[in-house]
Amino acid sequence: MRRHTRNLGDPAYRWILTGLAVLLPLLLLAVGSQLAISAAPALKKFGLGFLFKTTWDPVAEVYGAAPMIFGTIVSSLLALIIAVPLALGVAIFLTEFAPRWLRQPVGFLVELLAAVPSVVYGLWGVFVLIPLLRTIAVPPLRAALGWTPFFKGVFYGNSMLAGGVILAIMIVPYIAAVSREVLQAVPATQREAALGLGATRWEAVWSAVLPYGRAGIIGAIMLGFGRALGETMAVTLVIGNRHDLGASLLAPAYTMAAAIANEFSEATTQMYLSALFAVGLVLFIITITINALARLLVWRVARGAAVGSKAL
Amino acid sequence: MRTRALRRRAKSAMMTGVVAGLALLAVLPLLMIFADLVHKGATSIDWNFFVKSPVPAGESGGGVANAIVGTGIIVALACLAGIPVGVGTGLFLAEYGGGRLGWLVRFVADVMNGTPSIVVGISAWTWLVRPAGHFSAMAGGAALAILMIPMLARTTEEMVRLVPNSLREAALALGYPRWRTSLAIVARTALGGIVTGALVAIARIAGETAPLLFTALGNLNFSTTVTEPMQTLSLQIYVYATGPFEEWHRVAWAAALVLMGMVLVLSLTARWATRSRYASR
Repeated sequence: MRRHTRNLGDPAYRWILTGLAVLLPLLLLAVGSQLAISAAPALKKFGLGFLFKTTWDPVAEVYGAAPMIFGTIVSSLLALIIAVPLALGVAIFLTEFAPRWLRQPVGFLVELLAAVPSVVYGLWGVFVLIPLLRTIAVPPLRAALGWTPFFKGVFYGNSMLAGGVILAIMIVPYIAAVSREVLQAVPATQREAALGLGATRWEAVWSAVLPYGRAGIIGAIMLGFGRALGETMAVTLVIGNRHDLGASLLAPAYTMAAAIANEFSEATTQMYLSALFAVGLVLFIITITINALARLLVWRVARGAAVGSKAL
Repeated sequence: MRTRALRRRAKSAMMTGVVAGLALLAVLPLLMIFADLVHKGATSIDWNFFVKSPVPAGESGGGVANAIVGTGIIVALACLAGIPVGVGTGLFLAEYGGGRLGWLVRFVADVMNGTPSIVVGISAWTWLVRPAGHFSAMAGGAALAILMIPMLARTTEEMVRLVPNSLREAALALGYPRWRTSLAIVARTALGGIVTGALVAIARIAGETAPLLFTALGNLNFSTTVTEPMQTLSLQIYVYATGPFEEWHRVAWAAALVLMGMVLVLSLTARWATRSRYASR
């Protein structure tokens, strides 16, 4: 009798767990195909032009997503330019230089930064960051770089610059947490060998630790990039939400996620709705691709580990 | 020769300073955000703020009781679906995840962790709101559950893997079937870690806004009906921050402080629950 139940219990347990686990890939597939189905009418009508046309006119039913694709990529790149040095600073400081007693509190603070809800960043962005940019950051930027097309024109407050800065603040903890785990996965012998050859601490980090973790760090940066691309609420609140395509970082812009957040409930016609789903599909494909590449890179260093799970 | 060594050491010291400075600069926004939340939010928080619903625009007073209760209900709905599937997937990965399916599930979980939540939101809208013809808290809970599953799967797997193999072997040697070993010994031992993972996931979804915009929608009145639109703190902050009234902004800051407090308590509890595990790091 006991034998019998055991023989039944084990396969049943395995099948139940397998059934639950299979849900996840199915869910991803379902989201992707649903987006594709809903986006099909718009994609059929506008073709590849959807990605390159700049007119977004719900009244005339003409949809081109170029300004928001541009805005999404530029704001995220701007965020990376600001965030990468800071995040790597945190990661290197915490794994290589910080005294032991400081590692945990600082690490915890950074993880906490990752736990702040996006909408709270947005609120802070509207009422604190933008006034701060207006008084402290923009005048000197304009004085020094006003001759370039990037800092021309009036500063509206809500702008590409504000979007990029708030995104940078949001992705720093994420990049920092993943690169920290990557650096922790670098074998101590790597460090010791460099120090044993007479390298200074910085030389050991620069020539032995960082090159070893390079793939993982690039992966961490790409994960941060993926986050920034799909980030919605904070950006919606500060970027200005205008379908413009211009070089000036001081002008309002738009991102794909922000457009969906703003216009989805206003989309009264089938084609309008379909166009927004097409935007969602483009965003989905871009982020999935970047995340997949990033994961493979991170896994190369920290094999199979759920890196960054604590920063979620 | 001496000067070269000196120069190298000076450079090392300088770079240490640079790196420490960058780290400091990275932590600065967090301190600023906390300071601003407390500074701008605390004065508006009193007892009424927790027990009253919002008043019409222009009037002062009122509270966010509907949003606090709504956040709780929607998160609970998400947990109802998300925790069993997430933990089950994590157990699968830890127990049977060696093969190709394990690799795929692990990979998909990690990729989905980075999927924009707004995309999940419009998918949930297509599946649950459009056919039903109206927005509902249930659809919001489902969207949050989808976000929760991959997070929970990976933390559960990690926690279960920390359980020493000797425990498993001891149970099997005593004649326990594998499923009972897995549930009563392995998962039981890892329970603290699994709970921590769940708390972290809850903290994360409690602040989500984007997937709720087109599912739970928001509701200015007090509602506990899960088939109807429901308010959450995050939705309320969004609406009030974009509104034109000074009074609304004040409430948005206070609501943000309450939400951040909730997230902080969850994170600290999670941290506290695993303090021994990470103390060695």
